[in-house]
Amino acid sequence: MLEIRNLHATVEGREILNGIDLIVRPGEVHAIMGPNGSGKSTLANVIAGREGYIVTEGEITFDGKNLLEMAPETRACEGLFLAFQYPVEIPGVANLYFLKAAVNAVRKYRGEPSVDAMDFWELIHQRMDLVKMDESMLKRSVNEGFSGGEKKRNEVFQMAVLQPRFAVMDETDSGLDIDALKVVADGVNALRSPERGFLVITHYQRLLDYIVPDQVHVLFNGRIVRSGGKELALELEEQGYALYNEEPGRARRAAA
Amino acid sequence: MTDNAQTLENLAASDYKYGFVTDIEQETVPPGLDEAVVRLISAKKDEPEWLLAWRLEAYRHWLTQQEPEWAHVHYPKIDYQALSYYSAPKKKGDGPKSLDEIDPELRRTYEKLGIPLAEQAILAGVAVDAVFDSVSVATSYKGKLAELGIIFCSFSEAVREHPELVRQYLGSVVPYRDNYFATLNSAVFSDGSFVYIPPGVRCPMELSTYFRINASNTGQFERTLIIADEGAYVSYLEGCTAPMRDENQLHAAVVELVALDNATIKYSTVQNWYPGDKDGKGGIYNFVTKRGLCKGDDSKISWTQVETGSAITWKYPSCILRGENSVGEFYSVAITRDYQQADTGTKMIHIGKNTRSTIVSKGISSGHGQNAYRGLVKILPTAENARNHSQCDSLLMGDQCGAHTFPYLQVQNPTAQVEHEASTSKISEDQVFYCKQRGIGAEDAVSLIVNGFCKEVFKELPMEFAVEAQKLIELKLEGSVG
Repeated sequence: MLEIRNLHATVEGREILNGIDLIVRPGEVHAIMGPNGSGKSTLANVIAGREGYIVTEGEITFDGKNLLEMAPETRACEGLFLAFQYPVEIPGVANLYFLKAAVNAVRKYRGEPSVDAMDFWELIHQRMDLVKMDESMLKRSVNEGFSGGEKKRNEVFQMAVLQPRFAVMDETDSGLDIDALKVVADGVNALRSPERGFLVITHYQRLLDYIVPDQVHVLFNGRIVRSGGKELALELEEQGYALYNEEPGRARRAAA
Repeated sequence: MTDNAQTLENLAASDYKYGFVTDIEQETVPPGLDEAVVRLISAKKDEPEWLLAWRLEAYRHWLTQQEPEWAHVHYPKIDYQALSYYSAPKKKGDGPKSLDEIDPELRRTYEKLGIPLAEQAILAGVAVDAVFDSVSVATSYKGKLAELGIIFCSFSEAVREHPELVRQYLGSVVPYRDNYFATLNSAVFSDGSFVYIPPGVRCPMELSTYFRINASNTGQFERTLIIADEGAYVSYLEGCTAPMRDENQLHAAVVELVALDNATIKYSTVQNWYPGDKDGKGGIYNFVTKRGLCKGDDSKISWTQVETGSAITWKYPSCILRGENSVGEFYSVAITRDYQQADTGTKMIHIGKNTRSTIVSKGISSGHGQNAYRGLVKILPTAENARNHSQCDSLLMGDQCGAHTFPYLQVQNPTAQVEHEASTSKISEDQVFYCKQRGIGAEDAVSLIVNGFCKEVFKELPMEFAVEAQKLIELKLEGSVG
């Protein structure tokens, strides 16, 4: 469903992604691991279409469509979701209102009428249970004054409501205590389905104890240097990323 | 600029093409202002002697005054002798005959704002015969109000029917000597609204929801007087979200509110006068004096304004908190785009004990817009335990616009507690991208974020107005996203 071929991308003129090839099929969960500065978040942002992330070579297709030609909102309407590493606050906009605007934007794109208020309310409540979210969070402004854990939980909640076909989780585990991590992982696992794909980006193996991936890729200096099954994550946990350090990397030097 | 923003500009400009060119039936005094003109206005309205005397005193005082220049706005000097100060009510037949004759662009905007058909007709200046229905609706509500002893009529009618009330309160909050524009208004005011709520009566409806027509023909020097007697409550709505046609460039209105013991007046404004074209040509100068007097103990006056139109806005709805425990509130959203300029804010004058005031001001600037908040909080020596909280937030869109804050504090009583918070922010790319990633396009994202920014003010508006205001903000922001 998501195919990345020979992807090169620059940020502020520096090459961060250096020829990535990756294929995720429906129903699969792929994990991307790698040290800081290896290009993990850049990959997430390029997939989502963030401004300032320039693709210089290669392609990404989503169900056969050229993703790189689409505006970020079109990608979202096509069913692509990014769980942000640092979700922003939008003061004065209630979480519930924001979600409704998002759901309706997607429906409009598909040529469907706006969501029925009762149906929406039912969906919201069902999904709230999934991430053990308190109803009071619906009325609060989007992410405003949320703790780190609440923000991440809110990302998973939005994903559960929007029901994308493909989700990229950008270090969703960072800053979470073990209880919050379990809640987030439970939410993701509940959404796993034969039609849905996931790309889980993480620095630590810990998350993958709870979200068990089909494949693990090691990203280093903007390139996937190794791929394997879930046992690769454990190996990395033991040996660290030092093993991959022997090749002097352009990205690392640029970041220094 | 998007088509829609263009539409808004076009339709505002197109108002003028219906042209109030000299009509033989229309009685207009030649341009210029002298005592004879003031006498003529008074005579045309068949006013009592005391009112003429008041106008003349105002006129003579005006001659000694200089136009103020302290506001953060710039405009060419106004030639007051080039203006015409009296125009008889327009006869039917000089406007379009029906809505079918209205510019389709204008109608599309009305529809977008959800303005009912009958009101669209009035706003567009369709001859009154064609909108008979809405006039009769207005009349039936008037009957209901009369049963409660509420007086709601034009200012001229009040002068005829209730001279004792007008004489008692006219100028009691905004004296004719108050400021240059208020003085001018006192000399030549044309008409406006008058409201009196008797003791203990709670006005059962938002006044002027069904009467927006009342205000549509009152001309450039409007005068409004609202009195809430002991224990009375009234919510008054002024203005309209739809761009109104108007041939006058200078608007100098005066609004006076008086709240007696335990009375509450809530005054909400949505202002969308013609702002000029995108290059800053034309547009209304809106120089308004609005002030409320909390005369009685435990009284409350609350101003809410959404200022989106006019080339220049110069407006400081204020509260004089004389009664003990009285409360003053000011909630404001001001948007400037293209070359609009706004210098707006409030004055809270604490005189009585335990008086409280709240100021929430939200300024949004885009294009070359200039937006200034100017506010005074004054605690007099008599105001034991006075409290004020002020919050002024500015939102900038683009790098050509400006936001300015001029807070003045004068505290003369050591028991006072005064807080002032101010912030200036930009809509962040991160916020917009976050919305986009959830499927919400750039323009919708910006209006979502801006509406969030304004929420504290919008929640003070009556429900129906709040919805209109939100739509209006969306229209105003169209095309302002790069």
